[in-house]
Amino acid sequence: MSAETQTLFSPGLAARFDRMVTLYPQRRSALVPMLLYAQDEMGALNDAVIAEVASRVGISELEVRNVISYYSMLHTKPRGKYHVQVCTNISCMLRGGNELFARCKEKLKIENRETTPDGLFSLEEVECIGACSWAPAVQVNYDFHENLTPESLDALLDQYRTQNGLADRGGR
Amino acid sequence: MADVTFTVDGKKLTAPAGTLLIEACRAAGIAIPQFCYYPGLALQAACRMCLVRQEKVGKLQTACTTQVAEGQVFTTESPEIAQARKATVELVLGNHPLDCPVCDAGGECELQDMTFKYGAGVSLYTEAKQHREEQQWSPVVFFDRPRCILCYRCVRVCNEGMDVAALGVQSRGVTSVIAPNMGDHLECEECGNCIDICPVGALTSGTYRYKTRPWEMNHVSTICTHCADGCKTTLGVRSANYGAEIIRGDNRDRSGINGDFLCIKGRYAFDFANRPDRLTKPLLRDKDGQLKEATWEQALDRTAGRLRELRESRGGGAIGVIGSNRTTNEENYLLQKFARTVLGTNNIDHHRTADYAAFVRALGERGRGRSASLRETASAPAVLLLGNDPTQEHPLAAWNLRTDVRLNQARLYVVNHTPIKLERQATATLRIPQDGYGNAIRFLAGDDTALPADDAGRGFRDALRAEPSLLILFGSEYRGAGVARVIEFGLGLADARFACLGDYVNSRGAADMGLLPDLLPGYLPVSKPGGLVEEYGGALPQTPGMDLIQIFDAAARGDLAALYVVGSNPVLRYGIAPETLKNTFIVVQEMFLTETAQLADVVLPAANLYEKSGTVTNTFGDQQLVNKAGDLAGTRSDFEMIVRIATKMGADAKKLVPYGRGVRADMGQSRGAQSGEADRHAVWLAANNLEPKLSPLDPFAVLDEIERLVPGYEPQAGGRAELMAGNDIHLEPPSAPAASSADAGPARRDLVLPAADTLFTSGTLGRYSEKLNSVLEAYTTAARTTGRDGLSPVAAGESAGERDRRA
Amino acid sequence: MAYLVSHPDEVKVVSSRFGKGAASIETYLALDGYSSARKAIELGSDGIIAEMKASNLRGRGGAGFPTGLKWSFVPKQSAKPKYVLLNGDESEPGTCKDRLIFEHDPHSAIEGVIIAGLAIGARMGFIYLRGEYRYLLTIMERAIDEAYAHGFLGKNIFGSGIDFDIRSHTGAGAYEVGEESALMESLEGKRGIPRIRPPFPAVVGLYGGPTVINNAETLATVPHVFRIGAAEYAKIGTERNGGTRLFCLSGNVERPGVYELPMGYNLKKMIYEVGGGIAGGRALKAVVPGGASTPVLLPEEIDIGMDFDQVGKAGSMLGSGGVVVLDDRVCIVEFALRTMRFYQHESCGWCIPCREGTDWLKKTLTRFHAGGGVAKDIDNMRYLAENIMGRTLCPLGDAAAMPTIGFLKKFRKEFEDHLDGKPCAYAEQGDAALAPA
Repeated sequence: MSAETQTLFSPGLAARFDRMVTLYPQRRSALVPMLLYAQDEMGALNDAVIAEVASRVGISELEVRNVISYYSMLHTKPRGKYHVQVCTNISCMLRGGNELFARCKEKLKIENRETTPDGLFSLEEVECIGACSWAPAVQVNYDFHENLTPESLDALLDQYRTQNGLADRGGR
Repeated sequence: MADVTFTVDGKKLTAPAGTLLIEACRAAGIAIPQFCYYPGLALQAACRMCLVRQEKVGKLQTACTTQVAEGQVFTTESPEIAQARKATVELVLGNHPLDCPVCDAGGECELQDMTFKYGAGVSLYTEAKQHREEQQWSPVVFFDRPRCILCYRCVRVCNEGMDVAALGVQSRGVTSVIAPNMGDHLECEECGNCIDICPVGALTSGTYRYKTRPWEMNHVSTICTHCADGCKTTLGVRSANYGAEIIRGDNRDRSGINGDFLCIKGRYAFDFANRPDRLTKPLLRDKDGQLKEATWEQALDRTAGRLRELRESRGGGAIGVIGSNRTTNEENYLLQKFARTVLGTNNIDHHRTADYAAFVRALGERGRGRSASLRETASAPAVLLLGNDPTQEHPLAAWNLRTDVRLNQARLYVVNHTPIKLERQATATLRIPQDGYGNAIRFLAGDDTALPADDAGRGFRDALRAEPSLLILFGSEYRGAGVARVIEFGLGLADARFACLGDYVNSRGAADMGLLPDLLPGYLPVSKPGGLVEEYGGALPQTPGMDLIQIFDAAARGDLAALYVVGSNPVLRYGIAPETLKNTFIVVQEMFLTETAQLADVVLPAANLYEKSGTVTNTFGDQQLVNKAGDLAGTRSDFEMIVRIATKMGADAKKLVPYGRGVRADMGQSRGAQSGEADRHAVWLAANNLEPKLSPLDPFAVLDEIERLVPGYEPQAGGRAELMAGNDIHLEPPSAPAASSADAGPARRDLVLPAADTLFTSGTLGRYSEKLNSVLEAYTTAARTTGRDGLSPVAAGESAGERDRRA
Repeated sequence: MAYLVSHPDEVKVVSSRFGKGAASIETYLALDGYSSARKAIELGSDGIIAEMKASNLRGRGGAGFPTGLKWSFVPKQSAKPKYVLLNGDESEPGTCKDRLIFEHDPHSAIEGVIIAGLAIGARMGFIYLRGEYRYLLTIMERAIDEAYAHGFLGKNIFGSGIDFDIRSHTGAGAYEVGEESALMESLEGKRGIPRIRPPFPAVVGLYGGPTVINNAETLATVPHVFRIGAAEYAKIGTERNGGTRLFCLSGNVERPGVYELPMGYNLKKMIYEVGGGIAGGRALKAVVPGGASTPVLLPEEIDIGMDFDQVGKAGSMLGSGGVVVLDDRVCIVEFALRTMRFYQHESCGWCIPCREGTDWLKKTLTRFHAGGGVAKDIDNMRYLAENIMGRTLCPLGDAAAMPTIGFLKKFRKEFEDHLDGKPCAYAEQGDAALAPA
């Protein structure tokens, strides 16, 4: 299959996908990274994205869905602009991970796997993110924030909120 | 692989090295429990029920993945193993609903059996079970998620077996779930193999669910009435006030020619038999021209009386007979015998779907023994498929070909004018023009000018011709001289075997039994009936009669006095204008008031193939037993009707059906054996260890005569026993000199009209199956809303082989 | 950015370039980088494997299989291409060492993959990072580009006439994919379901070809073995446990961090000296010595050397090097529950004992911890865990069962104290609260 002529993705990402499928002995190998990058750009793996990805790697949409539903970072519904992932696994738990998670719920006024009405934040309790020796830790999108306290977490969330406001103003 | 010896439970066993332990044990009568393991499908090692102890190995091993090697020692039952299996059953029962009393699978559930065997009788689980509502995935497939034990059999049979890939596994961990391809529903071939293969009641059938309990049914093995592959289907039958109702079709015991397989028709499309608009009373046309209910005696008297009258007044030449593709061999044989000896006419034909006569003629003496059984489609090392789309028209052959490619690495060569699904399994495909089938053979035989072929085309030919052994399947694209060219080409190869692909369960049987105006049973020309004249006890018309088209032409001219139609709807199929038949006395034996029946003077309510006994012959020439399963009060079998009409016409039943003792003596010709005029039928029966049949309505009396008289149906050693046991026996077409081409000139019209059925249609009969209609409708609607091709609801993508992650 | 710590007892081999800017190839080269790959080219396949065997390097993923031996299982001749696979799907709770390698010394991982490729005759290697490590993937991709630019990857690497390519690859959130055969499935674009073995990856691995798959730390160690010499490397550790290990000290210690210590380093010393003792001067309650899947050790059981054999003898496992320290305020039931929640969440669901067993245990522990436990639950949980052990397709079942059995065995009283709806006293007051009056 040659490069998609009609694509949902930005030219840069589409070009990257065109190349990705050639990097492996089998096209299908590009599937998981492609889904993750597509999700980063599109916000979620909706039906249209699934259809294009299926066509790019040469498998059925069902097979793509089978794969998406296996990986916990892949999702078909949009999340907040800042996806706050609080680790409560053992090392973080021992150093206040549960308290951080509770603080997030309180501060963002949402429960686990929910999104704030303004779409800015979503919250997820996650498994070990590899920050055990710097626990407790939170990942916001792909950024690690470690050795947190409830207070420093508050400041962090405020910073994201402010950043967004600034970015939005700047963008207009 | 060389044989190795190993020990299981203290017994020395021998098997080829590398055999899976679970199979080696099964062969030795040691049953190892299994949920996920399924012969022929990819290994999963998921259910952990087959754990066994291997000496000197730390952990329990799965018998389904352990390959036997020399000197190994295994224990398959011990307290340790029993505990492991018990714990697995307990775990799976943790969230499994205990709704066995109403579950469809109750009584034939593998989880129940394992629970019973390993005594996981106490629930250790105190949490509330996760209930999920059942989902309807298609008109025929329902999914009850909490019952699913995730053995993945359904996913594999759909991916590997069917190459449909409509089922997948989604999510992970305890939330893992079997998922249909369209999110909340299925678009697939609706074969229902996923339901059959489900060890529990997670996948259930739209036709059967919550209708009955397995032990309330009789289970009758018979042959599917639809396509010409002739799958064995086990019909679950329950008493009803009108007789016996068919509730279920499956092939769960995996017996017969089709093993695990059934398509939608074999599994669900028996429902026409239960329709309320089945005819149960004969209908007679009154003087006002209306069809009115009548008694059987009135109807048979009217039929016999008019036929006799017309035979005497206008002669047998003014009577036409049209037979069926769905009646038994015995009925077909009887019908032609009735036509030729009682009505005195060769004007007999049927809806021909393949040119079997040309096939038999072309094989001739040189092709003796080269006719292939359907079974060979699952084992041939190489297959050439000329025309046809087996996925739609021969679902079992298609399943077998996929199996052959998957398990035996068979090479499949496809020649077709249009893409067909089986190309996904093909080693090579040759695309030809729609009118290029004849040229394709010339090209394959070496004529480069026959097709505008490129290197790929020549590569196809070279690879094909290099095959040391080749099974050639050809569709109804080939007729007459075209068939001869296929056979000629094949006989020039190293080792070729052949099969001719027609439609409907007994098309082959109809041709074999002589439902043809120019050919007697066994393809004997009517001009050379040989011993049949004496056997039939009188003169036979020796000039070819009118074929089906000529019969209607005669009717249009006013030259057809009577038309006797058995299980056929020619008025619709051939687009006959009703006024054509206004001067013809018409008798129709039918289940429903079809377009043809509506024009009849007498309509006789007929039993269908599921309501009678006898044999049928599939398009490959494999003969199988049909058993009576359903019963509808008021109907009669075609066999019985023919005998009753004949006798009411004054014919001697014993001449038609060799029943009772002293068949010949009753004909007044015998002085006993001493006189040299032995009762040949009785002698034959004795020689074949068969008893005389006692009733003129016993079709097996006619089966005896078929085996005695019809070339190609001669008794085979042990054949009758196989047949009666429900196994198929392959029949070689006759190669008597009489069947040679000299007697059937090139002018012979083949009159082949392919049925062009899809998976979801089945001629007139299919219209009376609500299941087929509902599926057809679902796909037509889907096609309208999604723009998909509703009739080939199959996702594109890699082949099953590539998908098979453990290949 | 992860934080670097230091302690005098450390022997910095793998971490020797940490904090020195070695993610840049110029710095890496200045610090002896890629010299080992050149040496390996000279040694050739047999020489490399002999050196690896002599180093006594054992796999850092958890099972501790000797690396040289693993490489030697790959057939010399193969109809299908061979592959090297770096397992950077670091996900075992308590483990955060590979992050430092990818961040501070990505070229050592690349060089390790090259050497493994030379050893087995592969022409392609893959570096698989877990999806959460996106910033590290960026670093790794840049490092790979640099290596290509320098002719260390691609055609004719180091002018040897040998071609070798490396692709970086990301996962998308699945602990199970850290299991070697599941990782291959994932890399092939599938659900991370483990494969049936045999055949083992060394014979039939990625894309059906013979494959060496090693933990990131293992492969990042390889260039150092060649840099300092196998014999020298082996000398650092204990018998049959060559070299050093990145230990991830976490939980209730004063100075958590990733420390590179010789194999066999005393656990008690690690906690009390390297880690500065229990945080806030509290009492030690238990130690999980090698990541969440390893059975818990009691304070009286920790005076042992941290190598595969000694920890094994103590009834646990060295595992992934994640040393998780629990102080006396920790409720073991809650800890067991959190551990089981993890395995329940991460079970791939393929086989019955793991899929159903982890869920059942999680549900029981949840109820139990919430005060709804009944006496038979304790034996029931033990029964469940013991019936998962050894019965599953891959080691995840054992990983879930082993710590559970450990908690139930060593802290049975604490479970019993949770019965009859009693609130969990441990969380607030520590063990002292429950001392006999």
